[in-house]
Order: sequence, then C-alpha cells, then structure tokens
Amino acid sequence: MVEQVEDKRRRLFLTAAATTITGVGAAYVAVPFLASMNPSDRAKAAGAPVEADISKLEEGQLIRVEWRGKPVWVLKRTQTVIAQLEGMTDKLRDPDSNESEQPESCKNITRSIKPEIFLAVGICTHLGCSPTFRPDVAPEDLGPDWKGGFFCPCHGSRFDYSGRVYSSVPAPLNLVVPPHQYLTDSRILIGSDGGQA
Amino acid sequence: MSGMLKNALGWIDDRFPLSKVWNEHLAEYYAPKNFNWMYYFGSLAILVLVNQIITGIFLTIHYKPDAKLAFDSVEYIMRDVEWGWLIRYMHSTGASAFFIVVYLHMFRGLIYGSFKKPRELVWTFGMIIYVALMAEAFMGYLLPWGQMSYWGAQVIVSLFGAIPYVGEDLALWLRGDYVISDATLNRFFAFHVIAIPLVLVILVFMHIVALHAVGSNNPEGIEIKKHKDEKGIPLDGIPFHPYYSVKDLVGVGVFLFIFALIIFYMPEMGGYFLEHANFIPADPLKTPEHIAPVWYFTPFYAVLRAVPDKFLGVVAMAGAIIVLFLLPWLDRGKNKSIRYRGPVFKAAIIAFVISFIGLGYFGMQPVTSVGTWFSRFFSLVYFAFFLLMPFYSTIGEDKYVPERVEEDK
Repeated sequence: MVEQVEDKRRRLFLTAAATTITGVGAAYVAVPFLASMNPSDRAKAAGAPVEADISKLEEGQLIRVEWRGKPVWVLKRTQTVIAQLEGMTDKLRDPDSNESEQPESCKNITRSIKPEIFLAVGICTHLGCSPTFRPDVAPEDLGPDWKGGFFCPCHGSRFDYSGRVYSSVPAPLNLVVPPHQYLTDSRILIGSDGGQA
Repeated sequence: MSGMLKNALGWIDDRFPLSKVWNEHLAEYYAPKNFNWMYYFGSLAILVLVNQIITGIFLTIHYKPDAKLAFDSVEYIMRDVEWGWLIRYMHSTGASAFFIVVYLHMFRGLIYGSFKKPRELVWTFGMIIYVALMAEAFMGYLLPWGQMSYWGAQVIVSLFGAIPYVGEDLALWLRGDYVISDATLNRFFAFHVIAIPLVLVILVFMHIVALHAVGSNNPEGIEIKKHKDEKGIPLDGIPFHPYYSVKDLVGVGVFLFIFALIIFYMPEMGGYFLEHANFIPADPLKTPEHIAPVWYFTPFYAVLRAVPDKFLGVVAMAGAIIVLFLLPWLDRGKNKSIRYRGPVFKAAIIAFVISFIGLGYFGMQPVTSVGTWFSRFFSLVYFAFFLLMPFYSTIGEDKYVPERVEEDK
C-alpha cells in the first residue's frame, strides 16, 4: 500500500514537471512566431525622415508629403488665420494641446515652430480616416460658424486651422504634429527633430 | 447491395468506422419530424461554406497578395480569366449569402429556444463560428485593395488602438506596419485563405458533434428523446437520411435559384454586396467621402457610432457581440419555443428584431444627428433585450407544452 501511494506521488510530480516544461517550451517557441508579425526592419527603415521643400508654397496652400505611408500636411497660413486661432478656445476640447501629441517646440497656440507654417499628420485621431481641408468660410454643409479648418467625412470630426479638435465630435485628440526640423528656411525634415525631444 | 460491395464495406468497416459514422450522423440520426422551413439554414450554411472554399481556392490561383498587384489581379480575374467573373461573383455574393443564412439560422435558434439547456454548447460553438466568420469576411474584404478595403481596414484596426495602454502596440502588431500596407495585405491573405478557414471547419465539426450528441430541437421546443420506443428510437423522430437529406435538397434548389439570380443580374446589389468606392484602387492619402462597412457589420457599426466616446464606443460594440454569447444563461424561461412563451417575451423578440434591423440601416447611412439619436435608441433596446431578459423572460409563461409533437389540437 505504502509503495502505491509513493508511486502515485511520483507520478503526479512527473506529470506536473513534464506539463510545466512543455508549457514553458511552447511559450518560448511562440515568441518568434508572434514577433514575426511586428513591423519588419524594412518597414521600420521606411519610417525614416523625409524632406519637404516649401520654397514654392503659397499662402493658403496645402501640400501632402508621404511619411511612414501617412499623409503629412504642410500648410502655409495667412496672418488673418493665425490671428483668429486665439478666439477659438471655447469651441475646442483641448485648446492648449495638453493631452495631444506634438513636439515640445510646437506646444503653443499655432502648434508650429514658425507661426505661418503648420505641419500635421493628416489622419483623424478617431478611427484613422484622412480629414479634408476646408478653407471655405461658413459653407452650407458645415454651418455658419465654420471658420475654416479640417473636416473628417467619416464620423464628422472637426479641427481648426492648427489641427485642434472641436468639442462634441467623436475624435478625442488634436491632430498629431509630427516631429520635424528646419534644415534651411525652405527645407523641412519630417520625422526627426534633431534630437531635441 | 451486391455481395462484392458488401465485402468491400465490411473490409473498410473493420479498419475505419464508415458505417458507424454514416449511421450515427445520417441514417440513424433521429431528428424531430416537425421541422419547418426555418430548419433549412443550417444545411444551407454548410453549402455556402463549401462554395466559399471552392471558389476561394480557384481565386487564389489568379490573385496576387501584393499592394502593387492586388487590385489589378482582381480586375484581371474579372476580365481576362475564363469564367473568372463568375467565380469571383460566386465568392463575393457567397459572403453576403453566408451572413443572410447565418442570421436566419441564429434567429431560428432564438425563437425556438435552441440555445437552451441542454444545447448551450451548440449555441456557444455557433457564436464562435459567427465571430470567426466576421474576421474572415473582414480580412477578405481587404484583398481587392480598393478604397473601401483600405479605409475599412484602417478604421477597424484602429478600433484595437482604443484599448488602453496596449492598444496602439496591438494595432501596430496586427498591421505589421505604421499604416495599412503591403505587410497588412499579405498577412490578411494568409489568415483569410488558410488560418481562419481551418478554424471554421473545425468549429463547424464541433457544432455538429455537439448537436448530434444532444439531438435537434424543433419548432415546438419538445424534447423528443423523452418518448422512445422499445428499440430506443424517439417516437417523434425520423432518420435524417433520407427524410431530411431529401427535404434539404429542395431548400438547396430554392436557395441556388435566388443565389444565381443575384450572381447573374445584381452581383453588386446596388453597392450593398460590393461597395462602389471599392472599384477605385486604394489611396492612402485620400479617404472616400462616406465610408461604411458591408451591410452585415452595420448593426455593430451603428452601436459604435452611437457612443460619443472613442473607447466606450468600442466597448459598446464588443458588448453587443458578447451579450449574444450569454443568451443561454440570460433566458430563464422554462419553455423553449416562442409558441409557448409569455406575451412579454414575444414583444421583446419583436422589439429586438426591429432594433437590429434599425441599427443595420443607420449603420449604413452618413452621420446625421437624427440617425445618431435613432442609433442610440435602438442600441438601448438591443442591450435591454439581453440584459433585462433574466427578469422578463418568465413573465406570463404558464402555457401548457404538449408532451408529443402532434398531440390533439
């Protein structure tokens, strides 16, 4: 009898040990498979900074630059537009960009390094559609209060001229301002801030 | 049976339980004799699954899972491959047909109480099939690499990004890139053509094994196994083969008639089965004016849009699917079939159907404030139907349920 109990205990130990070791092994083997789904080195390299030439950019003009496969807008704002940014505060969810993503150098009311040049990733912070640029003032579909800015057609989110989100729309945050730096007065490097941040 | 055939069968049966399986699941599987037309949809779902697998295999022969080539390869199938258009339309129409059949199949289960004890696991396996089917359809929709493919995938993968802390990394891992890209297309192809179909086939097998272990329910909600003859055969049961195999063939005929009409005369179904914007190649820099998922996802999409908060919207949408899993434990009614349920439960079913269709409708429309308020109302009805079920499901349930399928009426 005693021998049988001893046998059972050994058997239990062996079963537990074998199961544990197999489980640990299976977990380790799962790592390469799961990790293989991460962005590859090539995808990461494609995330390298890109240059934008703004020498020919006119006032009120918006150009799109592709960075990491996303549209990055470069917009040259007029003085009138810059002046009206102050007055938007009470319509916005995060007017001071405390919750939103931007380089430290752009955490100001114009959300830019130079007030007239505005850069943003053109992807809505709600579910990733690309908002349309709507500079027209008080158009029929956006109502009489519209002062120009960006409108997302998918779920109706609105952003002002510095990509700040209106309150009571689905998007939770302001548009992302990508890290960038001026190489010269007319050349911007998008995706790198020169190690400032 | 001639002697030689009998010998051959005997030879096989000694080595593989062919006759045993045949009898257990067909010739000696006793199903209630009172199935009505609502019972066609189970076998039709299998038919559509087979259609999707076969047409899918032939599509992969010509399709190229590459962001540069995918869109053109689909057009190549449509224009240059012999009968390619037919195979492709059979597959794309099959996707919508799958959901029509599955929704009716689930509705049948809902009104006749086929999810109730002892069939909880039949329902659970069925629900997992439904979720796998949604994943399968979603990933398949990316493959033509049109504008809707691209931006639909962008929105749906972004939903995972709403999960606190791990969300963004999870979305990145799913995409394999910072945006929907070639990497995403390639892996969705792998999931769509092999991983999920395998899972689906295994789940369908488990669904049927569980069903055949407990036996089929019926429109009366009577357990036919309660009354058996001296051989142990249910008195109200008839062998599945030939009775229901032949009956189901009639259903198959009707189904294929309608299916063929759609394939030949309205394969896009006015933009509901194949959306117009998807005939434009994917453009990562420009979103279409109005994006909506394909019709079978729109009820859940409407729930998502009804909530004015990104994270809570995703929670509500996931919740709308999770409550379906809980159905067997939410319904406390004694009687199975709607024929013997109380008036409150009947009214609740009607309210649920209206809200589900209403959500589906508003999920397709562009955002308007009226649409949003309707979606909120229908979402409340939808959740109330499930979450209040433990309280209302027993009200007024005193009807006598007959012992046998055809008691004197």
